[in-house]
Amino acid sequence: MSSFLEVSHVRANIEQYHILHDISFHVPKGEVTVLLGRNGAGKTTTLRSIMGLTPVIAGEITFKGEKIRNQKPHLIANRGIGYVPEDQGIFHDLTVGENMRVAMKKENEETKERMDWILDLFPDLKKFWNKPGGQLSGGQKQMLAISRAYVNDNELLLIDEPSKGLAPIVVEKVMDSIHQMKERTTILLVEQNFMMASGIGDRFYIIDDGQTVQQGQMNELKQDGVLLQKYLGIS
Amino acid sequence: MDVLFSLAINGLATGMLIFLLAAGLTLIFGLMDVLNFAHGGLFIWGAYTGVWTYQMTGSFLGGIVTAIGVGLLLGLVTERFIVRPVYGSHVQQILITLGFMLVLQECIKVVFGPDQKIVSPPSYLEGSFIIGEIVFINYRLFIIAVGFLIYFAFYYLFKKTRVGLIVRAGVMNKEMIQSLGVNIKLVFLLVFMVGAALAALSGMLHAAYSGVIYAEMGLEFSILAFIVVVIGGMGNFKGSLLAAILVGLTQAFMAYYVPALSLATNMLLMAIVLVFRPQGLFALR
Ligand SMILES: Nc1ncnc2c1ncn2[C@@H]1O[C@H](COP(=O)(O)OP(=O)(O)OP(=O)(O)O)[C@@H](O)[C@H]1O
Ligand SMILES: [Mg+2]
Repeated sequence: MSSFLEVSHVRANIEQYHILHDISFHVPKGEVTVLLGRNGAGKTTTLRSIMGLTPVIAGEITFKGEKIRNQKPHLIANRGIGYVPEDQGIFHDLTVGENMRVAMKKENEETKERMDWILDLFPDLKKFWNKPGGQLSGGQKQMLAISRAYVNDNELLLIDEPSKGLAPIVVEKVMDSIHQMKERTTILLVEQNFMMASGIGDRFYIIDDGQTVQQGQMNELKQDGVLLQKYLGIS
Repeated sequence: MDVLFSLAINGLATGMLIFLLAAGLTLIFGLMDVLNFAHGGLFIWGAYTGVWTYQMTGSFLGGIVTAIGVGLLLGLVTERFIVRPVYGSHVQQILITLGFMLVLQECIKVVFGPDQKIVSPPSYLEGSFIIGEIVFINYRLFIIAVGFLIYFAFYYLFKKTRVGLIVRAGVMNKEMIQSLGVNIKLVFLLVFMVGAALAALSGMLHAAYSGVIYAEMGLEFSILAFIVVVIGGMGNFKGSLLAAILVGLTQAFMAYYVPALSLATNMLLMAIVLVFRPQGLFALR
């Protein structure tokens, strides 16, 4: 089966350190695939490798059947992959509106429709349209980062820990929005918050020390106390 | 009164020429954090190639187009081969671009000969007219107009267009702008080329203004541009315009009233600014 996004036996170094040893997983179209794993396991590095931001030294990455390993990040993005980095990557001196505009590759009916849709989901962004991105709250920054990745007709979104540092009520809001986006695009989600992950994920992979060690259906994982305890410290 | 007015127009025209040169410098510094001491070399190459075309074909406009073209080309070469390997290191940038500046200057002598060349504006920009008691010299008004035109064009480009947003975003977060599908290296190269073209244009306009060109004028004039960039606040586009006008006016008035001091004035101006407002006269912070 040729999958939508396929990552096989990827190894990656950052400077002289071996960070990813053997990462393999695939993301089926139309689903939410979740990468789980404790701090420092290599989840962020995995997403960065897919985006071409961290060089891959072995293994292969294919998107829609084409090899994308170690291509330039902008070329990978232009294949239809949107990225929401862990630190959100907001352009601080640009306003919310400018952050959105700089992300929009074209301005046509379709992007306009997507823009309207996402702004309805996050009315805060509309409210602070002319405020510099750097002055937004953590939750609003997250919403802006997600909107920016969504506004182009990307077929796949890579979202890195959208719940990080957010109050529970905001987490719920962001989670709800990802749930709604699920109807319209494929998502690869890194998430530590197990409640959130299990609420929206279809499949899961667990990364530990730079390797994918477990995989399965999300609803199976919820029942598997041993696995949760071993890799995620959840009891 | 008429003397004051004439001096003001002189000063404004000089200021605009300095601005065109400083604009490229400040763009490249403010956006890409690159100190480009080869900028004066682009200025003379613009002047010499533009004047050459102008004198061969008789077309001043042709000369301007040539200067801009040569500026873009030299900008491409400078960014690709001189500056790209030293992004991030100011010391290396200063050394290598200063070296390249000298190479550009010596090449001028090899290609066009070591002697200075006489230039005059085209007939349609020559001459002057009088309103009341004040004499307006056409070519100076032309330079002032070009300066303002370029200032507003760039202001519009950076504040109002997506290209401007991309450049500013790229400076803030290079990885993120790439992740949004932008080839930021290419964008930076283009910015550099545009800055170089401005320097070359400035050289060509200056040639017909001062009436004479020589190889060393690039270095001389680019010192003024650096003073302006410092006074205006490094990387501050509007600040560069205001500082260039200030320097131009000061120079014009001092040359008339206290000619003995006129050369030292700009350095003095910069020193005063650096003592009291080291971030630049027009910096926001
Ligand atoms: N720039 C860097 N230089 C050196 N080591 C790094 C760098 N970035 C990450 N690492 C190391 O790589 C490993 C994986 O980091 P990564 O950020 O991918 O983990 P993660 O699973 O996303 O963790 P978290 O849940 O804390 O975000 C960690 O051990 C980290 O210390
Ligand atoms: Mg991480």
